[in-house]
Amino acid sequence: MTEERSGEEQSIEMELGEAAVIKLPRSTSLERAGGGLLVSLRPYYEGVIHFTLFLCASISVLVTVGIVVVLLYESIQFFFDVSIIEFLTGTRWTPLLKPQHFGILPLMCGTMLVAGGSAIVAVPIGLGTAIYLSEYASPRFRDIVKPMLEILAGIPSVVYGYLAVVFVSPIIRYVFPSAGVFNAASACIVVGIMILPMIISLSEDILQSVPLSLRGAAFALGANKFEVTVRVVVPAALSGIIASFLLAISRAIGETMAVTLAAGATPKLTLNPLESIQTMTAYIVQVSQGDTPAGTVEYRTIFAVGLTLFLTTMTMNVIAQYILSRVGERYE
Amino acid sequence: MASTPSVKKIMQPSDKATSGYSKAPMVRPSIPEGKGMRTADELAQATEKISVRDMSFYYSENRALTDISLSIPECCVTAFIGPSGCGKSTFLRCFNRMNDMIEGTRVEGEILLEGQDIYSSRTDIVTLRKRIGMVFQKSTPFPKSIFDNVSFGPKIAGIRKKKELYEIVERSLQRSALWDEVKDRLSESALNLSGGQQHRLCIARALANDPDILLMDEPASALDPASTARIEDLIFELKEQYTIVIVTHNMQQAARVSDQAAFFYQGLLVESGATEELFTNPKKQQTEDYITGRFG
Amino acid sequence: MSSKLDIYTTKRRGRFSNFLFTSVCFLATMTCVLMLFVLIWNLILQGKDWLSWDFVERFPSRFPVKAGIKSALWGSIWLISLTALFSVPLGVGAAVYLEEYAPKSRWRKLIQLNISNLAGVPSIVYGILGLALFVRALALERSVLSGALTLTLVVLPIIILASQEALRSVPDSIRRSAYALGATRWQTVWYQVLPASLPGIMTGVILSLSRALGEAAPLIAVGAMAYVPFVPEKLTDEFTALPIQIFNWTARPQEDFHHLAAAGILVLLIVLVSMNAIAVFVRHKYGKKIRW
Repeated sequence: MTEERSGEEQSIEMELGEAAVIKLPRSTSLERAGGGLLVSLRPYYEGVIHFTLFLCASISVLVTVGIVVVLLYESIQFFFDVSIIEFLTGTRWTPLLKPQHFGILPLMCGTMLVAGGSAIVAVPIGLGTAIYLSEYASPRFRDIVKPMLEILAGIPSVVYGYLAVVFVSPIIRYVFPSAGVFNAASACIVVGIMILPMIISLSEDILQSVPLSLRGAAFALGANKFEVTVRVVVPAALSGIIASFLLAISRAIGETMAVTLAAGATPKLTLNPLESIQTMTAYIVQVSQGDTPAGTVEYRTIFAVGLTLFLTTMTMNVIAQYILSRVGERYE
Repeated sequence: MASTPSVKKIMQPSDKATSGYSKAPMVRPSIPEGKGMRTADELAQATEKISVRDMSFYYSENRALTDISLSIPECCVTAFIGPSGCGKSTFLRCFNRMNDMIEGTRVEGEILLEGQDIYSSRTDIVTLRKRIGMVFQKSTPFPKSIFDNVSFGPKIAGIRKKKELYEIVERSLQRSALWDEVKDRLSESALNLSGGQQHRLCIARALANDPDILLMDEPASALDPASTARIEDLIFELKEQYTIVIVTHNMQQAARVSDQAAFFYQGLLVESGATEELFTNPKKQQTEDYITGRFG
Repeated sequence: MSSKLDIYTTKRRGRFSNFLFTSVCFLATMTCVLMLFVLIWNLILQGKDWLSWDFVERFPSRFPVKAGIKSALWGSIWLISLTALFSVPLGVGAAVYLEEYAPKSRWRKLIQLNISNLAGVPSIVYGILGLALFVRALALERSVLSGALTLTLVVLPIIILASQEALRSVPDSIRRSAYALGATRWQTVWYQVLPASLPGIMTGVILSLSRALGEAAPLIAVGAMAYVPFVPEKLTDEFTALPIQIFNWTARPQEDFHHLAAAGILVLLIVLVSMNAIAVFVRHKYGKKIRW
């Protein structure tokens, strides 16, 4: 933007000569040719700005294209070496050890375990909080709690990873002595806390957008607050609330640092939350930290895993966005 | 504050306008005496500033204005009257091409400003808007200081010298009768001004561009009677130098301030002529019905 | 028994379920609040003894007592400054294009949808893109520049969305008035719309940058170093960052490194909180003056 600004100042300077003679550059003719230098340059100058801004907006499209091209390009090369069937159905994932196995199911299983576990933690608490804030809380209480939730949302994921390792995991091991130092449960709990603010703020927005007239109608029929909330407001907002869950779960799937720290690095096809597992994101971090040379199969695994991750989160986001856009139309 | 007596004088009709009009619908708006209203003969002699020829206006497929032909004389106040939705505001916005901002609008026929077609492909829309200033129904000060508001037009026209800008700001504020009230607090936010002051600020802002023509869309419709009176006084003073076109649905106001009036109904220009004649001796029955309030 | 209901009745139908439901929802809310306090209390308890001026002044070390965050802190400062430099003009420019210039077309809808979806892409995926694009294809290696460019990709959609929101809150009457005074489109944007939406844009920018400050995953993917005993001096230098340093310390089994991690987190949170405080200040100071 700095360049554009200086460009503008230049053309204003060009015109100053004229402006100094007549107090206001006032042309009697409406035509461009009669309006002095600035007027004759202006269309081009405005055009340059328009084009520059257009480029800025186009970059977002380029980024998407870049993600797709890079992930596909390296993944396709990966699938020259590893059959896509083995990748999708294999039950062992050991690309960094001999003998190598490239079945993504253990990573998928780990990811889904963490996503599901965090949803079990976050959905009830999040929905309850959203309902309380939207329907019951006094404005003063909201003013106190909402900034706290914003702080919770602003805490970096590595901090949650720390919390899992130093605080949550020891508690879990105390309660369940069979649990490992790294376990999926601690990851589920902290990721659940991480996605809480997202569920709360999205669901609360949706609940608030339910028209007052609907509530009024229910109250007028003699329903009490509980009945109005549970039978009228929440059902009316249900599709939006589900969309917010989807967005939050998609966020949990893409969550990296906390999971890497808490859940460990042993890809395993298990649903036991007390065991150490590995998620797709944690695997990418593991490879990135090592010295895997570019161009090898091991290096390309992160692109294949990245592509799987990208497609999974993208699908969930698109579905959620679609649901939300339909909700928006209904009450307009 | 020199204009206090005249404010009082005008207070009464404007009170009538706000409260009495609907209760006593059969009363014809009175034409105030001795306020320098131009007569029909004077109007006929005045130079033609804007000439509209067979103009039609479309919002995509819907025709909002049909075959309008009208001449707007220089240094006079022309008022467009008519019920809501008759197209008078749309017509006003055609003069400075504000309708261009709405997608799918189209103009047929021509509007000439001193012989040059406003809708020609060679017209520079920015130059056009500097020559034809506009004041909106709702006052819309920029969220900046009073000085910045008034100096915005000259600034974007390339004037950078503080002294020059100050002169323009002072002159414009004096012309809009706001200078005495704000001269000590030019750097204060314009949003701190009262409604009436904000409106005069918007007029000053338009005047700072040194236009020849001033378009006013329902000036003062949102103001109290005292502020309205001040704005109307101002219009009277300004017409010595500027060609003014106002849109109003307040017949009393049209009768008080305008020299020429044009009555619109359902996108048609029903009748136009000197205010004096239009209000005392309308030629069409529709006009008669509307100005006497018999309109249903 | 009268068939009429007594309006003074004390036996209200469903009173208990109402009370129970309210309590459960209230407890859920308090759980959220409690979690925040547990987190902060734990951090302070673990890190307070290790937090000192020396800690900020020292380079990392194998010995916990001698370790500090100087290189990480400076790495983060470099990254954030560069990211701001790249992402703010691009993001605000894109927002201005979408809100003020782009005609309502399919193309605009597509870009808009694309940006909303980009905001939901996991940051590690941007890291992989940065690895392939900046580190390998453009041969920028594992430099501060690669890191900052990658973070730019992460925060760009957020900045665009926040700026669009701010631009949309400027009423159309402001634009119409400026056009009526003969301003061109760019003059209207530059002199009226942007200044009026500045508090909103600033808030969005600060919040996005604080997100970038806490990101570790994309930086690890582009190859930020675990052990960097120097402060970056030019764009091509290798780097580390606060969240990466914290990650490394947390990943070690020794208790002492966990204390270091807690101290590092406290520094990171102090920076984040002050950034957010600035955002809140800006919103209150400049946002309140403008009432539409």
